[in-house]
Amino acid sequence: MNNLKKLLGIVWIILAIYTAYFSIFELALPKISTGHQEDLVFGIIILCILTPIISLGLGLFGYYSLLGEYDREKM
Amino acid sequence: MGTLIEWYDFFIFGSLSIVISTKFFPSDNPTAAFLSTLATFAAGFVVRPFGALFFGRLGDIIGRKYTFMVTLMLMGGATFLIGCIPSYASIGFWAPLIVLILRLLQGLALGGEYGGAATYVAEHAPVGQRGYWTSWIQTTATFGLFISLVVILLTKSFLSETQFDSWGWRVPFLLSLVMVYVSYLIRKKMKESPEFSKAKAEGKTSTNPLKESFGNRYNLKFVLLALFGAAMGQGVVWYTGQFYSMSFMKTVMHLQSDQADTILGIALLLGTPFFVVFGWLSDKVGRKWIMLGGMLLAVLTYRPIYESMYQLSNVQQKTKLNETTTPSTEQNSAIVTITKSQYDDGTEMTSSKIQHQTGELKGKETIKTTTHLAGKNYILLVALIFIQVIYITMVYGPIAAFLVELFPVKIRYTSMSLPYHVGNGIFGGLLPAVSTYLTTNAEASNTPQFYLAGLGYPIIIAAVCFIIGSLYINNKSTPPNHE
Repeated sequence: MNNLKKLLGIVWIILAIYTAYFSIFELALPKISTGHQEDLVFGIIILCILTPIISLGLGLFGYYSLLGEYDREKM
Repeated sequence: MGTLIEWYDFFIFGSLSIVISTKFFPSDNPTAAFLSTLATFAAGFVVRPFGALFFGRLGDIIGRKYTFMVTLMLMGGATFLIGCIPSYASIGFWAPLIVLILRLLQGLALGGEYGGAATYVAEHAPVGQRGYWTSWIQTTATFGLFISLVVILLTKSFLSETQFDSWGWRVPFLLSLVMVYVSYLIRKKMKESPEFSKAKAEGKTSTNPLKESFGNRYNLKFVLLALFGAAMGQGVVWYTGQFYSMSFMKTVMHLQSDQADTILGIALLLGTPFFVVFGWLSDKVGRKWIMLGGMLLAVLTYRPIYESMYQLSNVQQKTKLNETTTPSTEQNSAIVTITKSQYDDGTEMTSSKIQHQTGELKGKETIKTTTHLAGKNYILLVALIFIQVIYITMVYGPIAAFLVELFPVKIRYTSMSLPYHVGNGIFGGLLPAVSTYLTTNAEASNTPQFYLAGLGYPIIIAAVCFIIGSLYINNKSTPPNHE
C-alpha cells in the first residue's frame, strides 16, 4: 500500500498540472477576454485565488505522497 | 442555534437576491453591476477561507467560546444592517458599496463560525459520541436554508406584492437581530470547551496556530488530506444535491419556480434527520466509509438520477391530450401568445411566444416554457431529490467529527476550518460555473445528452476524493499523539 501511495503521488502532481492548465487556459483566460464585467471578475478570481489554492495544494499533496509522508507508519 | 442563525443570515441574501439587485444593484449602472458580481463571488467562496484563518487563529489562542460569539455578532450585525441601508435611488453609489462590505463581513463570519461550533461541540461531547453530537451542527446549513425560505414566504403572505417590494423584503434581515440576541443569551451562559480550558491551564495552547498548522509538515499533510480526501468531495456532493438540483429543475426541466422550491423543500425536510442518523452511525462503525460511501453512490448514480429527472418533464415521451392557445396580447412592447398543453400523465406545459417590437431584439421571437408536474411524476421527482439529500447527509453528517479528530486541540480550530471552507466554498462554489461551461460545450458540439454534461464536474471531483480518501485515510478516529 505504501508503494501504491508513492506511485499515486506522481498521478496527483500530473493532475495538479492539468488542473492549472484547465483553470488558466480553458476557464480563466476565456472568461477574462469576453469583455463582460462579471466574466472579468470571475476570471480574475479563478486565476489569482482558486487556481493557486487547488493546483498548489494538490501538487503538494502529491509531493508529500511521493516522499512517503502518508505511509502507514507515519500516520 | 447560533450556527443555524448564521446560515439563515447567509442564505437570506441569496434567497432575496432578485429584490436586492433591483434595490442596490441596478443593471444599467456598470459600477453597481460590478459591485454586485463581487458581492456574489467574493462572499460566496473567496472570503470564507480567510474568515476560517482569521477566526481559527483567534479561537486557538483566546478560546472557542469568545471567538464564535464574535462571529455570531458580526454575522447578525451585518445582516441587520443590510436591512437598514437606503436604496440606490436614495444614496446612489454608497448603497451597493455598503452592501458589498457587509456581505464580505458575512462571508468572514461564516468562515469563522463553523469551525468554532464544531470544535466546541466535539470537545464537549462524551467519549464515543462526537459523531452524534456534532451531527446536529451539520443539520444547521440545511435548516438555515429552509428557515430563510419559510420566513420569506411568511412575510410575503402577510403583505401585498407592492408592500413586500417597497419595504417588506427588509423584514427577514431585521428579524436576524432578534434571533442573534436570543442566541447571544444562550451562548453567554455556556462555558469554555473543557479540552481547550485544560490545554490553556497547562500552558499547552499555541502562540502561532497559523505557523503550526501550515508551516509544519506533519500537520500540513493532514490539512491536505482533509481537503482532498474528504472536504472537496463533500463540498461537491452538498452543492449538487442542494443547489445544482434546484438549478436543473428550473433551467433544464423548466419546472415552475414555486414547484421546484416546494419539491426541494420537502426533500430537505424529509432528509434532514439523516444527518443525525449518519453522525450517530459514524460513532459505531467509523467516519471514513460512511462519507466515502456517500461519494461513491453519488459518482455511480448521479447520471441515471438526472436522466430520470429530465425524462419526467420531457413531453416528447408523453401523449398530448389537448392544447389551448390564448389570443395574442401586447405586454411591455412585445406581442405575447400563450399556449397551454396537457398530457396524459397530468403534466401541463405553458409556452409563451414573445415577438419583440422594440430594443435589441426587435423583430425577433423568443419562447419561454414552464412545466408543471402532477401525480406520480411529482412524487418521483421528490424521491429523486431525496436520494441526493441522503448522499448529502452521508458525506456531511460525520465530517465535523472527522475533521475535529484529525487535529490536536491547540491548532484544531485553525486546521479544520480551512479545508472545510476551501472544500465547500471553492470546490463546491465553483460547481455552477464549471458545470455551465461543460454543458455549454456539450450543447455546442451537439452531444445528445448535453443536459447531463454539467455533472462531469461533481462526478470527477467526488471520484478523485473517493480514491484519495479510501487509500490514505485510516478508519480509526484519531491519529496518534493528537489528544
